[in-house]
Amino acid sequence: MRELMRERTIRKALWQERVMLTLLMFCALVSVVTTLAIVVTLTVEAVGFFRVVPIWRFLTEREWTPLFANKKFGILPLICGTMLTAGIAIIISVPLALLIATYLAEYAPPKLRRRLKSVTELLAGIPSVLYGYFALLFVTPLLQKFIPSMSTFNALSPGIVLGFMVLPTIASLSEDIIYAVPQSIREASLALGGTKLQTTFYAVLPAASSGIIAACLLGFARAIGETMLVAIAAGMMPNLTLNPLEPVETMTAYIVQVALGDVPHGTLEYRTIFTVGLTLFVLTLILNLTGIFLRERFLRVLRRM
Amino acid sequence: MKVTTSEMVATRAVATRRRFEKLLETLFLAGAWLALTLVIALLVVILSDILADGWVRLNWKFLTSFPSRHPEEAGIFSAWVGTVYVMALTALIALPIGVGAAIYLEEFASRNWFARLVELNINNLAGVPAIIYGLLGLQVFVRWCRMGESVLAGACTLALMSLPVIIVASREALRAVPNSIREAALALGATKWQTVRDHVLPLALPGILTGTILALSRAIGEAAPLITIGALTFVAFLPKSPLDPFTVLPIQAYNWVSRPQPEFHQNAAAALIVLLALLSLMNGIATYLRNRYQQRWQI
Repeated sequence: MRELMRERTIRKALWQERVMLTLLMFCALVSVVTTLAIVVTLTVEAVGFFRVVPIWRFLTEREWTPLFANKKFGILPLICGTMLTAGIAIIISVPLALLIATYLAEYAPPKLRRRLKSVTELLAGIPSVLYGYFALLFVTPLLQKFIPSMSTFNALSPGIVLGFMVLPTIASLSEDIIYAVPQSIREASLALGGTKLQTTFYAVLPAASSGIIAACLLGFARAIGETMLVAIAAGMMPNLTLNPLEPVETMTAYIVQVALGDVPHGTLEYRTIFTVGLTLFVLTLILNLTGIFLRERFLRVLRRM
Repeated sequence: MKVTTSEMVATRAVATRRRFEKLLETLFLAGAWLALTLVIALLVVILSDILADGWVRLNWKFLTSFPSRHPEEAGIFSAWVGTVYVMALTALIALPIGVGAAIYLEEFASRNWFARLVELNINNLAGVPAIIYGLLGLQVFVRWCRMGESVLAGACTLALMSLPVIIVASREALRAVPNSIREAALALGATKWQTVRDHVLPLALPGILTGTILALSRAIGEAAPLITIGALTFVAFLPKSPLDPFTVLPIQAYNWVSRPQPEFHQNAAAALIVLLALLSLMNGIATYLRNRYQQRWQI
């Protein structure tokens, strides 16, 4: 009798084990399915779009006017707007982020390091609509005092604010990397008579370079994908220009513009947002995978030391 | 003792060099401090700007009125209720799946190609722009699953978006539980699942909750995916069931920012203050949980 009950308990536990393992595996599968679903939904609609508009026209035409009577489908103005705002953001954020990261990892005492790091990360917690509000209603009027020719919607002020928005990403990731550079490298440089500054710039930073580049690429991907900030402050006018004082439209802002209106399912306009989304996804995928690859390489080299 | 000229020249060169190095170091430190000051100044300016603009509009009536064409009568009732509703539903969906995936990857999966694929995939998903999740939600939840532009569709979209962050945070929390705990349970004859359920998971729970709350606060501040799935910008009612249309605070604020009248800008600022207060509250809870329950293992 007792033997039987014990066997039953064990069988129940083993059965539970098998059920739970299956359930847990399904949970892990959700993330893989998400990626597949992203690729499938974007591609299906994009293929429908390319049946009507040939891909070479999409890639080479210089105007983007799918919402007007005279429809033109050239993605270049949207890519240009995206690269302009994200480019300004990177120019602003990379030097600042690297200065902060190097200082925090190499010079700051541990307590100050922790505290300043969490202050920097506060910037990442501010919602992007608030950044947009700030760019449109504070930074743009301020800049217009110095540059009167600047229009209300422009690439410069959201670009600058975007720079501060991605700064914590770049600073935090590269600080982790610099901090992880093994002590033996610093000791070797110091033993050869290098000063602390020389050690930092000629030994530590070169050793961390692939990881730092990875951090910058991930920050750039963030900047390209940011939506509300540029939708609010950069405007919604596709514009093939490199002049940061003019209104532009980014890929993300175009998707918002269409989603705000009432575009019926199955129309060509509806398909354009998925096609633009696919372009955006491919761009960020390349940046992200390169970043992940570079960081893994850094960590592999690190482990060998 | 005689000092030759060449030695004197050499010492002097070293001294000059050293002074130059000192100058460079001072420059570098000044630059770093300047950068940090800029960051802190920007934080202060953003917060004081938003408070100065929106403070006058913050009152009980603003919190309990529906949006309106007249800026002085408009409020954020439907927006904050929608935000809380979507957030609760998102947590309900994302937490079990995220923790399940983390347990599988950390406790059960062997280091094979499948685990590596899932890991690479999660790292990459964390970098996918929020608006892409919006397109995914629009096609899959709104169209294919016929949920419409509902609270449920919005919550599913935000859940997928915050999953990678929740999984990464939960894995870290699970990894922090020392192996001796697992070995003790296994040695007494517990199955792997029993070990996880009764011993590892309770110890990792504070860390998991901290990570989840932070992921949710990130998701709830984001308007782009919800605009993309078609959340409304003007809602004069409260959602009663998960299948009702809705709006959230950042969308309401965006709607007001994009109008030309300065009175609406004030409303936007006030709505953003409420959103910031909500996010700070969540961050406060997360920090409290971490400090209160953080274990220091002495093995």
